[in-house]
Amino acid sequence: MAKVLILFAHPRLDRSVANAALAEAAEGIEGVTFIDLYAKYPDGEIDVDREQNRLVENDVIIFQHPLYWYSSPAMLKEWQDLVLEYGFAYGTGGDALTGKVFFNATTCGGGREAYSKDGIHGVEIPELLVPFRRSFLLCHMRVLAPFVCFAAGRGATGGDLAGHARKYRYLLEALVDERVDFDQAETVALLSEALDTVISAP
Amino acid sequence: MDLLQDAFLYLLAAVIAVPIANRLGLGSVLGYLIAGIFIGPVLGLVGSETEDVKHFAEFGVVMMLFLVGLELQPAMLWRMRNRLIGLGGLQVVVTTAIFSGIALAFGLNWQTGVALGMILALSSTAIVLQTLNEKGWMKSTGGQASFSVLLAQDIAVIPMLALLPLLVIGGVASGSEDAGHHGGAAIASLPGWLQTIVVLGAIAGIVLAGRTLIRPVFRFIAASKLREIFTAAALTLVIGIALLMDLVGLSSALGTFLAGVVLSDSEYRHELESDIDPFKGLLLGLFFIAVGAGIDFDLLFGEPLMILGLAAGILFIKAGVLLALGKLFRLPQSDQWLFALGLAQAGEFAFVLFGFAGGFGVLDQDLLKIMTLVVAITMLLTPLMFIIYEKGIAPRSKSGSTRDADEIDDTGTVVVAGMGRFGQVVARFLMTNGHSVVILDHDTKVIDNLARVGVKTYYGDATRPDLLAAAGLGEAKLFVAALDEREKQTELVAHVARTYPDCRILARAFDRHHVYELREAGAHRTRREVFEASLAMARDALVELGAHPFRAEKQARMFRRHDFYTLNALQEKWSGHTVDETYVDAMRAHSDDLYEVMKSDRADRYEDEDRGWTPPPNRKKLG
Repeated sequence: MAKVLILFAHPRLDRSVANAALAEAAEGIEGVTFIDLYAKYPDGEIDVDREQNRLVENDVIIFQHPLYWYSSPAMLKEWQDLVLEYGFAYGTGGDALTGKVFFNATTCGGGREAYSKDGIHGVEIPELLVPFRRSFLLCHMRVLAPFVCFAAGRGATGGDLAGHARKYRYLLEALVDERVDFDQAETVALLSEALDTVISAP
Repeated sequence: MDLLQDAFLYLLAAVIAVPIANRLGLGSVLGYLIAGIFIGPVLGLVGSETEDVKHFAEFGVVMMLFLVGLELQPAMLWRMRNRLIGLGGLQVVVTTAIFSGIALAFGLNWQTGVALGMILALSSTAIVLQTLNEKGWMKSTGGQASFSVLLAQDIAVIPMLALLPLLVIGGVASGSEDAGHHGGAAIASLPGWLQTIVVLGAIAGIVLAGRTLIRPVFRFIAASKLREIFTAAALTLVIGIALLMDLVGLSSALGTFLAGVVLSDSEYRHELESDIDPFKGLLLGLFFIAVGAGIDFDLLFGEPLMILGLAAGILFIKAGVLLALGKLFRLPQSDQWLFALGLAQAGEFAFVLFGFAGGFGVLDQDLLKIMTLVVAITMLLTPLMFIIYEKGIAPRSKSGSTRDADEIDDTGTVVVAGMGRFGQVVARFLMTNGHSVVILDHDTKVIDNLARVGVKTYYGDATRPDLLAAAGLGEAKLFVAALDEREKQTELVAHVARTYPDCRILARAFDRHHVYELREAGAHRTRREVFEASLAMARDALVELGAHPFRAEKQARMFRRHDFYTLNALQEKWSGHTVDETYVDAMRAHSDDLYEVMKSDRADRYEDEDRGWTPPPNRKKLG
């Protein structure tokens, strides 16, 4: 049984719709630890040792967050800057994370078509998330394709919030049961659109 | 009746002359001398009794040496050892040697020569330090060198007091060990070896008692919180040691000096200093008045050339020696001159040592009269020397050299008044950040507890100006007022703001109105003592009520911002320590405002007051 760590960052959970739904979906799965970073560190002072221990104890690390200005909320950047230390995560002697698995689970207001070459944003989501991908590759980890919930905003048309939540939970359970084919999951475009390909039946 | 008349006369003369002398930049020692000259030689109001007064007032010297001892922390002496021994030691030795040689050349015997040489080697600590501080030259290289030499001279007085009795002309060469055996020592009848043991025992007793006994006793007395009893205890200590020293035939000045050194690192140092200081000041003042009253002006008018020649000679030779030492020790050019001109005079210690030497017959009375006059004249000329430096030398060497001279380790000190729960946090925080902090508190329990965890606190009522000065507020960069009495706190801030305009003042406030009072009194920054803690608990309460911790944090920050804004906005409505209707109205308006701010947030509107991390409004839904 693999252990999964969700590092969740949303500064206004009380106003969140999509992330609140995903958070609820992640509840009560044995083997999944859900950490609300803004709740843990309301004054912004991250406990680096504690965070590093959490990473060591888990096999799969997920950044769950809304997409703010084509990136994550500020807390996750601060978390990376402090926790992924030289000598711990990378560099000489920095092999604490070797072989672990990482991916982003992100929600965005725009629809699927908005995030394409011809859409209003002009890029695909995986291109935007390159900094995360590169960072964790540098930490000798396997980086899977992102899990993206499009049209997740309140009142967005064509959204399927319940569907997103259901798929998220399905993925998390498969990760714990070690039924995810990581080789495949690294190569697909979006994890959220390839669950049937990467997950084998129990 | 006679006593009261005399007291009135002396005090009146001092009260008139000293402030005027100070205003003219002459310093208090000259003020006292001039007062004495007026009531003595000029007006003839006092006569033969001045000798008795002088004798009585000499106790001021004993007190002065106690205070000198208190100032001499071993650690500080160690830090200054090179300059003290090198610069200061050489100045005393070389100057003594030259003056002794000249005296011999004039046909005086060698004992008189050495005595004169030693006495004239000393400069006037009182005049020079005051001038250096007033002109702001204290921190310059020349000022620091002067300070080192003056300190070395103050210390040199102790061996001089021991040496002078040995110079008794044709004195009985007593086979026993040292200086002490003058006066009517009660132990004179004992055999020599026993005397030695008694003397050594007395000194050991002072050191031991100072280390072990005096602190608990002072702690007990301080706990009574009766100021006058503490003062009485301080006086008892000094007088007691003086008596003990007399009893064993040692100099009482030496004994009290020793006691001062022993107590110099105790927590009662500043308190003792400020208790003894007024007595010392008055007695020394009385002493100088008596010296002034005893000056024989007929001598000056009788042989003006000889007297003035002697004074000029002393100034010239001392300045020459100092200048050479300044070059030897590589002081910057203009600092050499400050150093040399500033310390060229003979000092107030000369009067003391003249009296002492006269008592033993080391110097004869005619010579004493001449030299007293000469010394007084060199002191009177000192302000002129400083003017020569200031107008003549300092402006010419304005370039580079003065700039890189400021290498003195000026580590801006912080003085914290009040070591209650508030002051403790501030002081500990600053200390852990490597700042040197002087802490004052008047609660002995607090001091003891802090001593146990290794935090040094000085005992004393921080609202007393003299104690603040003794704690070094003159040089401090920062003053933290953290008393737990509201009125005292405001008065303290007002006093510090008036007296030390360069010092930044941070003050603990009790409530909003106290903030205004403290700002008016001159505090640069204020913090309400319980505001931050209350707000932190309010945030906790919000979390307990189910709010997201980060949300609660943001609400608390917004509350603080709004509260600070209100605090500042209402200051103009608050006047004359009262609250009028407009203030109450404004206050109410601001609370309503705050309520709106908080509520609007809950209602989740897209508004200015709560702009963080809000998704764009959905037009279709709104429209």
